[in-house]
Amino acid sequence: MADTAQLSIRGVSRTFTGAKGQSTQALLPVDFDVRENDFVTILGPSGCGKSTLLRIVAGLDYPTGGQVLLDGRNVEGPGADRGMVFQSYTLFPWLDIEHNIRFGLRERGMPEAQQKERVDYFIAKVGLRGFERHFPKQLSGGMQQRTAIARALANDPKILLMDEPFGALDNQTRVLMQELLLGIWEAERKTVMFVTHDIDEAIFMANRVAVFSARPGRIKTELAVDLPHPRHYTIKTSPEFMELKARLTEEIRAESMAAAEH
Amino acid sequence: MAPLEPVGAQARWMLGVAFFVLFVGVWSFFTLGGFVSPTFLASPPTMVKEAYLLFTEFGFLHDIGMTVWRVFGGFVIAAAIAVPLGIAMGAYKPIEAFLEPFVSFCRYLPASAFIPLLILWAGIGETQKLLVIFIGSVFQIILMVAVIVGGARRDLVEAAYTLGADSRGIVRRVLIPGAAPGIAETLRLVLGWAWTYVIVAELIGSSSGIGHMITDSQALLNTGQIIFGIIVIGVIGLVSDFAFKALNRKLFAWSTI
Repeated sequence: MADTAQLSIRGVSRTFTGAKGQSTQALLPVDFDVRENDFVTILGPSGCGKSTLLRIVAGLDYPTGGQVLLDGRNVEGPGADRGMVFQSYTLFPWLDIEHNIRFGLRERGMPEAQQKERVDYFIAKVGLRGFERHFPKQLSGGMQQRTAIARALANDPKILLMDEPFGALDNQTRVLMQELLLGIWEAERKTVMFVTHDIDEAIFMANRVAVFSARPGRIKTELAVDLPHPRHYTIKTSPEFMELKARLTEEIRAESMAAAEH
Repeated sequence: MAPLEPVGAQARWMLGVAFFVLFVGVWSFFTLGGFVSPTFLASPPTMVKEAYLLFTEFGFLHDIGMTVWRVFGGFVIAAAIAVPLGIAMGAYKPIEAFLEPFVSFCRYLPASAFIPLLILWAGIGETQKLLVIFIGSVFQIILMVAVIVGGARRDLVEAAYTLGADSRGIVRRVLIPGAAPGIAETLRLVLGWAWTYVIVAELIGSSSGIGHMITDSQALLNTGQIIFGIIVIGVIGLVSDFAFKALNRKLFAWSTI
């Protein structure tokens, strides 16, 4: 199925140059394909370059080598075809929830009535009906990230990029958000690339997990997750899940130890 | 009293008023008690009497009107030019690199030192007064606005890019709305400074305005009128500051949630 790759990462590497001219290799050449409707999680220890890879795909950072192709076209700079949800809260504080979700639609010049219809649909989807007129600061972290997901989805991107979107949330909220996002994915079948350092999260959401090595980052292992959909949170205690978790724990542990030695 | 312990609304108000009372008390004690010669410092009752005369006999309302008009006129012109320029500098780094050194240099030129030159160029009419306010405000506003716009949250800019905004969209729909409360606060601050410049401009070569009245009173050794003039400036400044603050709070409610 490699020929149906929607997103193709070819030999992408990244070297940062410091203020004194010293260079740090953040990313070794990475080759990776994401097929349409894939839910891929990128799992790795912190500081391994997995976010850098995602930012390069988003067009917010550029590769020092290699290229990123989306539907066969070279990615140059950010665009509405790649929606992104960040770890930090990036709702526009001067816009209410409804207008935050509308942002991309307005920028595209979509007719008012159509904007309203789409926004209503996604507000319902993330369970924020009744909060349209609230400002971001009046909402909890989980609600803000739900809005951010709705904002990215309303734009109808080809691929949704998520950079540890639930990383700043408390554990209970995080689990609920995982279920919510998975439910949306099961219904909408978006292509998703999801960066995380949480093993449970990586398995629960994905149909494929890519494990990153410690810095300089590269993809060390890829693992298919064949758990059936729709997935219920109880799946986390199933033997299949436990087995995947044991394998990934082993992989990550080696990398975390390598990272700690640096 | 403990550090950073908040004080109640009523107590705050009472304490604020108490200092004014104390101030007038000390002033009355020294002047009415005969410790200071009336030639140098008028007593509070004398000042009130002189204030009454100012309004009834000397058309002081006209002076106040002239001064207020000059401050707002010069300030509005300065803001109309400086705010767009500051936004352009904050958003586009080449423009900032081009203008910033010159504007920084100009900012330290004292507006009052330009008065003799401006009288030569523009005479002693209204243009000269407006120019003093303009020179005193415009460079300050440009630089402060540029810093505020340049300090925009990078993550919001990135989010806007991934939502399909182009560079025009970033400026119009992220940088400007995000900087708006800070810009309004800057304007409030600079308006306060503009009041200082206007009085200095009116002290020299003027035939109306609060500053002109103060110079006239000095020639007549009328300290009561001088002090009242100063107090009026303070009161007008305070009122406009409160109005500005209230307006900002109303316009940018989101920033204070």
